[in-house]
Amino acid sequence: MLLTSWAQPQPDIWQHLSRYLLPRLIGHTALMMVVVGIGVAVIGVGLAWLSACCDYPLRRILDPLLVLPLAFPTYVLAFIYLGMLDFAGPIQTAWRGWTGSSPALLEAISRPGGVLFILVLAFYPYVYLLARASFLGGGLAAFEASRSLGQGPVRTFFRVSLPMARPAVVAGLALALMEALADFGAVSIYGFDTFTTAIYRTWLGMFNLTAAVQLASILMLFVLLLLGIERFSRSARGIQSERRPTGHRIRLTGAKGWLATFLQLAVLLVGVVLPLIQLLVWAWPQMSGLLHARLVNVVFNTMVLGLSGALAVVLGGILLLAATHHTSRRQQFLGEVAALGYAIPGTVLAVAIMLAFLQIDQMAGTALAGGMAALVMAYLIRFLRVAWGPLDSVAGRIRPQYVEVARSLGVPRWYRLWRVNLPLLWPGLVTAFLLALVEIAKEMPATLMLRPFGWETLAVRIYELTAEGQWEMAAVPALILVLLGAIPVAVLIRSGRVRAI
Amino acid sequence: MRILFSALLLALLTACGSDTGEPEGSQTAGSEATESRSSGAAEPAAAEPARLVVYTSRQPHLIEPLFARYTRTTGIDIDYINDSEAALIERLDAEGDQTVADLFMTVDAGNLWHAAERGLLRPIESESLANAVPEALRDEQGRWYGLSVRARTVVFHPERVDAAELSTYEALAEDAWSGRLCLRTSQKVYNQSLVAMLIEHHGEARTEEIVRGWVDNLATEPFSSDTRLIEAVAAGQCDVGIVNSYYLGRKLAEDPGYPVELFWANQDTTGTHVNVSGAGVTRHAPRPEAARNLLEWLASPEAQAEFALNNLEFPVDPDIEVRGPVREWGEFRADDTPLQIAGERQAQAVKLMDRAGYR
Repeated sequence: MLLTSWAQPQPDIWQHLSRYLLPRLIGHTALMMVVVGIGVAVIGVGLAWLSACCDYPLRRILDPLLVLPLAFPTYVLAFIYLGMLDFAGPIQTAWRGWTGSSPALLEAISRPGGVLFILVLAFYPYVYLLARASFLGGGLAAFEASRSLGQGPVRTFFRVSLPMARPAVVAGLALALMEALADFGAVSIYGFDTFTTAIYRTWLGMFNLTAAVQLASILMLFVLLLLGIERFSRSARGIQSERRPTGHRIRLTGAKGWLATFLQLAVLLVGVVLPLIQLLVWAWPQMSGLLHARLVNVVFNTMVLGLSGALAVVLGGILLLAATHHTSRRQQFLGEVAALGYAIPGTVLAVAIMLAFLQIDQMAGTALAGGMAALVMAYLIRFLRVAWGPLDSVAGRIRPQYVEVARSLGVPRWYRLWRVNLPLLWPGLVTAFLLALVEIAKEMPATLMLRPFGWETLAVRIYELTAEGQWEMAAVPALILVLLGAIPVAVLIRSGRVRAI
Repeated sequence: MRILFSALLLALLTACGSDTGEPEGSQTAGSEATESRSSGAAEPAAAEPARLVVYTSRQPHLIEPLFARYTRTTGIDIDYINDSEAALIERLDAEGDQTVADLFMTVDAGNLWHAAERGLLRPIESESLANAVPEALRDEQGRWYGLSVRARTVVFHPERVDAAELSTYEALAEDAWSGRLCLRTSQKVYNQSLVAMLIEHHGEARTEEIVRGWVDNLATEPFSSDTRLIEAVAAGQCDVGIVNSYYLGRKLAEDPGYPVELFWANQDTTGTHVNVSGAGVTRHAPRPEAARNLLEWLASPEAQAEFALNNLEFPVDPDIEVRGPVREWGEFRADDTPLQIAGERQAQAVKLMDRAGYR
């Protein structure tokens, strides 16, 4: 679909786009990749290293909580922060009443570029999760060995721990950046022009879907670049420890310890506590609607879609893995390209899938479009990438020898898969399932377009209530969505702990 | 962990199992008559259709009470899908003659025009619709009709602006407003329609000057919603702005002393720019007659006041009396240029705004 769009050149629009939009789009997109990339890397790796290799007050409580920003859809986080911090918001208003002038920091963060801050907050947990697992799974022992050879902690971090964790960090970064590229909700709330907003402008404003799809394919170039970088970084992988972590954490005592606690608390405060408080403040007057029968139904729908979609995504991930594992590098790359859906703006993808299903229906006389199947398929395409990361990383641990041994013992193929491959893949499967579950619950455009008649989910409710910019009205469904999303996130971090300790 | 996973699976399977038993479309506007709907779906050939399907971008809480009333009086259930206009148009187009949609409803004329251009709506000739809806607010071929008027006009802070300083949209481009103007993003179709109408009145070159003047006068980057813009005027970030009147109406309904006032723009020149929330019968509507009846009912005195006023908009039918805060704004003269111009010139307007640097 992306490629065929070029068969119909749109010279007029392109002349216009390249003159007035493209330079800014490319500038903004590059800026976004750099700022969000550095932001999530520094916060994610920093926090992961603290929580995996050090010991300080409250660590066990704070560790798992740091993943919670994942439960916030970016559009919710964006409208919370803009409502809270912009010129007319409560904080700036109070500040002006107090000092008579506007706080420059808050003003700067409420401008369009402020959305980068939102994206960093929303996506650092990807890096945190993957880097933490990597530090715990083997990094710790190497870290201790290096220390015992007389290297200082800082030097050890940069010379030993970080290089070992690099594949994980890059995988997390790639996820974060792809989500940032595909984001529409947050960037449009802040008015930060990116490829996604331009795609919508060309499509909705100029009624030119073809040119919009062509823009989307340029966006894909950015994604391919990202994938290439990730590939390159992974090829350097080699150290994969199988052992349980045996090293000892650095005990941070006194002021140092509390500084570490403070850093984690600060991120938690900004990423979770403050937004949650603001949501509660907005939701409070409407709490009576909380137990409304319709809302219960909506929550149920969200869960059903989330679970079935996540299941499909995980199954798809396994198939992709089976198709590409232990094959040539080129095939592996193809497998990753198949997971590109993650960075396609949701609405464009939804339209493409809808068209495909309608065509199938017309040829085969079926009625797939508008049914659950189409929606689950959309989730599969969109979030395959999310499952791919965790699966691919655990698949790396399945040594061909294991399978060889089983084969030499005459174990039948399916039994082999069941008893050898599946248990080895299990942690990756669980992580993939939970991540996909959270993502699907937050997903908006594809759900809106492809859902069966009358199916309302929490994201759909939020859309309906915020379509005219009345964000406060959406506080109740947003709050439920965040709390619901926190469940798989909590399970995720718990399972991560079980594995690590 | 594995136990948890199995439990989830089990829950999922049972959920799917119970789900398949449900009839299509649990989101009916009428709470009663579930039986009649499922029987209607089973016998589409029945003389009196028991169900209509509406594709709408108008917010559900605004239309649901009306649909429920229609169901009570006629026994016809109304199912709807709420999504963005663009998504619904692509869907209608892709579904072709297989579509289930009878009526297509939007909150602006540009998208209705676009749907009509793509051949997705059918011409409806109806005396009652022609009487109720002024000519400028409907398609000349009857493919769509406006159902409520949304006026886009100027709001200001009464302490920092004297209403006598205000006159037209065009005047907001003058130096006197430097650093005092707030606008919503040009991404929103309301602004695209406004600029399209300016092009119609003044031509491209003059309009581009005006839009450049606006951009030069901006106090801050364009907002993503009219509500935030009004809040910015109230908080003193800027002195004037251009918004749809009902957004201010909502603020005034919450707090009658809200420090933002409304000014009817262009009263001595072209008239205030208006748009409509409207609807049309789809080209391949399975139940065109029933759809036409619903459309006529929505434009009738019985439904008009509620359709417009539950969102603090104006009825399309000038004979309907307005109440509430809307009434206090007084009568105004609306721009009577046919609204389909807004659609015809929309792409032109978007390009012009890009050139002028209006984000």
